[in-house]
Amino acid sequence: MPLQSRHLLGLDGVKREDIQLILDTAVSFREVLDRPIKKVPPLQGKTIANLFFENSTRTRLSFELAERRLSADVLGFAATGSSVTKGETLKDTARNIEAMKVDMVVMRHSAAGAPHYLSRVIEANVVNAGDGAHEHPTQALLDMYTIREKLGRLEGLHVCIVGDISHSRVARSNIYGLLTMGARVSVCGPATMIPREIEKLGVGVFHHIDDVLPHVDVLNVLRIQLERDAGRLFPTIREYHNFYGITRQRLEKAGRNITIMHPGPINRDVEISAEVADSEDSVILQQVLNGVAVRMAVLYLLSTKN
Amino acid sequence: MRKTKAQIIDEAGFERTITRLAHEILERNKGAENIVIVGIRTRGEFIARRIASVIERVEGCTLSIGSLDITLYRDDLLGKLEQPQLKGTDILFDLNGRDVILIDDVLFTGRTIRAALDELIDLGRPRTIQLAVLVDRGHRQLPIRADYVGKNVPTMAAESIRVHMREVDGEDAVLLMHPEIPE
Repeated sequence: MPLQSRHLLGLDGVKREDIQLILDTAVSFREVLDRPIKKVPPLQGKTIANLFFENSTRTRLSFELAERRLSADVLGFAATGSSVTKGETLKDTARNIEAMKVDMVVMRHSAAGAPHYLSRVIEANVVNAGDGAHEHPTQALLDMYTIREKLGRLEGLHVCIVGDISHSRVARSNIYGLLTMGARVSVCGPATMIPREIEKLGVGVFHHIDDVLPHVDVLNVLRIQLERDAGRLFPTIREYHNFYGITRQRLEKAGRNITIMHPGPINRDVEISAEVADSEDSVILQQVLNGVAVRMAVLYLLSTKN
Repeated sequence: MRKTKAQIIDEAGFERTITRLAHEILERNKGAENIVIVGIRTRGEFIARRIASVIERVEGCTLSIGSLDITLYRDDLLGKLEQPQLKGTDILFDLNGRDVILIDDVLFTGRTIRAALDELIDLGRPRTIQLAVLVDRGHRQLPIRADYVGKNVPTMAAESIRVHMREVDGEDAVLLMHPEIPE
């Protein structure tokens, strides 16, 4: 069964079988990453453009590595120093790139819906690598892959996402994906960081981290935007750490093994203590490695779908 | 729908063919010392396990057995075929310097074997790669031949060979099928 769509724009509305197919396919690519020659030929002759209109290091590197390991030709594009700063519209930029016979476009953009728009004006397959505060589907897929790898399943697990849910595309994609896969999802953070009416998506809402910890199997700890949010969404970094920082003491008090995830980059001793980030229960580095395999699976499935 | 034209190998013949292939492999390699067994998914994998168990019994040794999913190395992957499901390659041992016995059920165009050779060589540098197949039905499109053949079966290109195995089909048999009749 091939994927239902020829683009991956988000996980909202994506069927369970499709998520399952991507995760299962990623297992094969994960094996490739352990080989002496970490490269397979299925995308030979395909060209993929990475359009990053917003800064990104790890997502961009992860996609680029995934593309090269599938033997695709890779075009890089960064907004700074490009025609975007000269006033070119998104449509014109994309059309110009497409005129160079690109088969696939991976895009990150600060505007929610930008990849959806792109998918309507160009022929190439479009993969959303993060659009504003909307979705970041490959991050959620790699998170789900990592949970499944560590705990053997998704169904019935309780995953809590901690941090700035309102501005997080990672949270949104995780919520859609995890609920579809039958997991329980809750969010935790100060009221300023929790979108109103989020319960309507089917998630539990907590404002005190110690209330939810005794019930969760997985914690997905989001990065705090220090520069932007201190003094605005919470009073001080120290106060955020005291109320929401994930520390060993907190986890011990919860009295159960909780798998710790973080999409990175980490602010050590702000949203998560260095000790917890480096602990046995942390799968943060596995997430990074699995990200390459999951992105290979997405690119492979989209490009071989006819 | 395809109709059966003839049974090429029956239950007892199947077992004897496997046993003979195992002995030929042992004879050519003067024992099992440097041998590793790799089956091409799906039925090649089962044949590989059968051949390996005969070798292990005869030699009193334990062999390294792996399976190869050649999907990612196919030359028609971006063509118009149905998207194939990846089953994964599972070779948990070092191929460097070993004699790899590559096993498949049916040798036909040779394209699967080409893909398998490319994948094996990406996994390491074996001393030799030897090919064993249950049935060689001819019609090669690439310069590839098998080192060990269970049975040579002359066929027409439009016919097909169906290999049944206990592990998945409930019986051991090789059937020659008539060309497909459009419904």
